[in-house]
Amino acid sequence: MSIAASELMKTPLNAAHRALGAKMVDFGGWDMPVQYPAGILAEHEAVRTRAGLFDVSHMGEIRVKGPGALALVEHLTPNAVSLLAIGQVHYTAFLYENGTFVDDLLVYRVGEEEFLLVVNAGNSDKDFAWVQQHAPGYDCTVVNESPATGQIALQGPLSLDILQPLTKTELAPIGYYWFTHGEVAGVKCLISRTGYTGEDGFELYCPAGEAEKVWNAVMAAGTPKGLLPTGLGCRNTLRLECKMALYGHEIDDTIHALEAGLGWIVKLDKGDFIGRAALLAAKAAPAPRKLVGFKTLEKRDIARDHMPVVQDGQQIGFVTSAAPSPTCGINLGLAYVPTELAKIGGRIQIEIRGRAVAAEIIPTPFYKRQK
Amino acid sequence: MFPADLKYTKDHEWLKPAGDGTALVGITQYAQEALGDVVFVDLPEAGEAFGAGDEFGTVESVKTVSELNMPAAGEILEVNGALADHPEAVNEDPYGKGWMVKLKLSGDLAGLLDAKAYEALVSAESH
Repeated sequence: MSIAASELMKTPLNAAHRALGAKMVDFGGWDMPVQYPAGILAEHEAVRTRAGLFDVSHMGEIRVKGPGALALVEHLTPNAVSLLAIGQVHYTAFLYENGTFVDDLLVYRVGEEEFLLVVNAGNSDKDFAWVQQHAPGYDCTVVNESPATGQIALQGPLSLDILQPLTKTELAPIGYYWFTHGEVAGVKCLISRTGYTGEDGFELYCPAGEAEKVWNAVMAAGTPKGLLPTGLGCRNTLRLECKMALYGHEIDDTIHALEAGLGWIVKLDKGDFIGRAALLAAKAAPAPRKLVGFKTLEKRDIARDHMPVVQDGQQIGFVTSAAPSPTCGINLGLAYVPTELAKIGGRIQIEIRGRAVAAEIIPTPFYKRQK
Repeated sequence: MFPADLKYTKDHEWLKPAGDGTALVGITQYAQEALGDVVFVDLPEAGEAFGAGDEFGTVESVKTVSELNMPAAGEILEVNGALADHPEAVNEDPYGKGWMVKLKLSGDLAGLLDAKAYEALVSAESH
């Protein structure tokens, strides 16, 4: 069953995408550009070598504010929120009691008692309900700002050069995973040095009604420098090369934070949080499976999301995400495999359309930018 | 977009009869646009025989994979070896340099669509 395009949710930039000739797809109920006329390979390359502009207005924003805000966000997430300075961001998650994922998210510390939580589009309603459900007893307000917020991600090595002429805010001093407030093209924005591509870049949060103004200004400033509008297709290949998790693939409500390789966001000594007891127990016992990176050995063997990992005809794991890698020129993937097989250089087999093909476990991230 | 000298399938392959009992086979403009950047085309060996509708290969793009189905019964006379190094020809010239196999036809072309019928099908799918 497919949902008619008219029933899909639209970002404030929907008309701009159509005017640019984007190919639109249903992405979790949103009418989103998967690619523009340049195509995924050219868009991927633009982000790695110049810059790309993504509409990520479908992402959800939840603001938590008040004297109890810090305690609530600490309770809901495994990373150490109290260590965040005002103006700093970190990657974290909402976990269930068993340590599996409600969602992954970014936490922005806007003030001593004010946090902006940025969550996945497809989980936005679930996440908002989750925060609301746990808020009673904490002296704070919880507001879903998603419909009122536009979000644009400028990504790639030329991002700073392109954005600086559009704002009086000095961008160079903003560190990776820090943010500030300023005007871009005359529009008040939260300017965040973050992204989901493995490149330098900025994510701009602005009022939904002004998103098109910001988008057009960045397009105009960047096009002479080789910037392309970039869609969800290359967003996926870019994040996969950097082994950044995607909900519904590397993480979901059946996978816990440690087996996902996200132990670095779990601060077991920070005090209690939802999922802590389960992860403490999981840490004591070795995880039976682990997320690894692999490449298939033959050019024709291109693994895809959700394919089985097999051994002697039995399924022993599964591929979470896989694709031909535009930057590395090989066929890459991430998969959960039994821990005893999770060794660099080790061989596994992926079942591709009924055929078991050889793959080698290789180091991740597959791609890392030169700093 | 819909050359009149080709025959089409509902699955977006085309077949071009040469008039001497042979034909070229490829995928349509609509198919290549839906797939996006093609990175690999897996084709059979010359000499293999297929029935109409049989899967004879796959075409892989960055984001997805699609089966190739025979528009008509026949034996493979030749495959387009240039696609091994230049799979992007399928995107750039789907009715020309992006051809995939040359067939010796062993049956009729009944059931294939003409350009007008295929255009109507594509138009219905995209709206």
